[in-house]
Amino acid sequence: MSFINYSSREINCKIVYYGPGLCGKTTNLQWIYNKTNPDLKGKMISLATETERTLFFDFLPLALGEIRGFKTRFHLYTVPGQVFYDASRKLILKGVDGVVFVADSQIERMEANVESVENLRLNLAEQGYSMDQTPCVVQYNKRDLPNAAPLDEMRSLLNPTGLPDFEACATDGKGVFETLKAVARSVLRDLKQMSG
Amino acid sequence: MRDTQLVMYDEDYRRILGVVQRLVRDANAKGIFVVDRNGQLIAEAGEMRGIDTTSLASLTAGCIAATGGLAKLVGEDDFPVHFHQGQRDNLHITLVSHRIILVVVFDDRSSLGLVRLRVKKAGAELAKVFEDIQKKTERASAKGGGTPFSEITDDDIDNLFSV
Repeated sequence: MSFINYSSREINCKIVYYGPGLCGKTTNLQWIYNKTNPDLKGKMISLATETERTLFFDFLPLALGEIRGFKTRFHLYTVPGQVFYDASRKLILKGVDGVVFVADSQIERMEANVESVENLRLNLAEQGYSMDQTPCVVQYNKRDLPNAAPLDEMRSLLNPTGLPDFEACATDGKGVFETLKAVARSVLRDLKQMSG
Repeated sequence: MRDTQLVMYDEDYRRILGVVQRLVRDANAKGIFVVDRNGQLIAEAGEMRGIDTTSLASLTAGCIAATGGLAKLVGEDDFPVHFHQGQRDNLHITLVSHRIILVVVFDDRSSLGLVRLRVKKAGAELAKVFEDIQKKTERASAKGGGTPFSEITDDDIDNLFSV
C-alpha cells in the first residue's frame, strides 16, 4: 500500500522479493545496497539467523529520483524463503505494491521454485491480491551455474502468463538493477492506473 | 480488494504533529514516532535527532506484524500495546485503529504509568485524524483523483529510469 506524503512531497512504495530458500533474494538487495550512491539509500537491515539465513526479513530503503516534484522512495523487503517460515512471509506481503519472484535456475531447485510461486499466489490471494493484478516480475537467478535449467522450461513452469522476466546472476550483479527498474516502473504505472 | 493507499496532505501532517508534540511534553518523552502499519514513518517529535527513523519505522512495523501473528495464534485479534524495557530507554508501542503505530521512547524522567495515561488520550486524537484522512482519500479516489498520479504521465515514469 503506497503512502503519498504531500507534506514532504514523497511517494513511498513497498516491493517484496519472494522465492525459495537460497535463491538469492538477500544477494539481490546486497548488490543494490553496495552499488547505490549513499545519498540515495538508507541502512540495510537483515534479520537473519546465526548462519545468515533470513529469519524475518531484509530491508533496504532506496530513493529512485523525482517525478513532478515528488521524491519516489521504495522500501525493498525480502521474505524468508524456507518453507516453514510461511507465517512470516504472509506478514511481510501485507501492504505490498510490487513483487519480484526470484527463481533459482538450478535444475534440482525447480520443484522448490514451483512450490514457492504457488505459495506466493496463495498468500497474495489470502490478502485479496492476485498475481495478475499486482505488479510482478520474475527473475531467473544463477544463470551462470552449469546445472541451470533451460530458460524456456523455467518460463513455462514459473511464468506462464508472460510477466516481465529477467535472467540474472545476483552475485555479480547481472540482471539485478534491470529487475528492480522493471518492478518499480510497473508499480508506478499501476498506481497511476489506480488513480484513474 | 487492494488496500487503499494513504494520502497525507500538509494540513493532516500539521494535525498529527500537533498531537505528538503535545504528547512529548505531557508524557515527558524523549521521542515520539508515528508509523504506518506497513513501516512508513509519518511523523516524529522530540529530542532524538540523528536516529535512523527509516529503520525504526520498518522494525516497529515488523514487530507489530509478528506479535499480531502471535495474537491470532492464541485467539486474540491483536496485541495493541507493547512495552520494551531497556537499561536507559524504554519503548511504549501502541497500535491505533489497527493501522497506525504510535511509538514513545522515554527514560527515567518519565514513567510507564504516565506514558500509558497520556498515550490513551493522544491515541484517540490520532485515531480521529486518520479516520478523517481515510475518508478524504476515499472521497478523492471515488472522484478519480487526489493523488499526484492523476498528473503524472507514462513519460514521467519512463524518464525516471532513463538514466
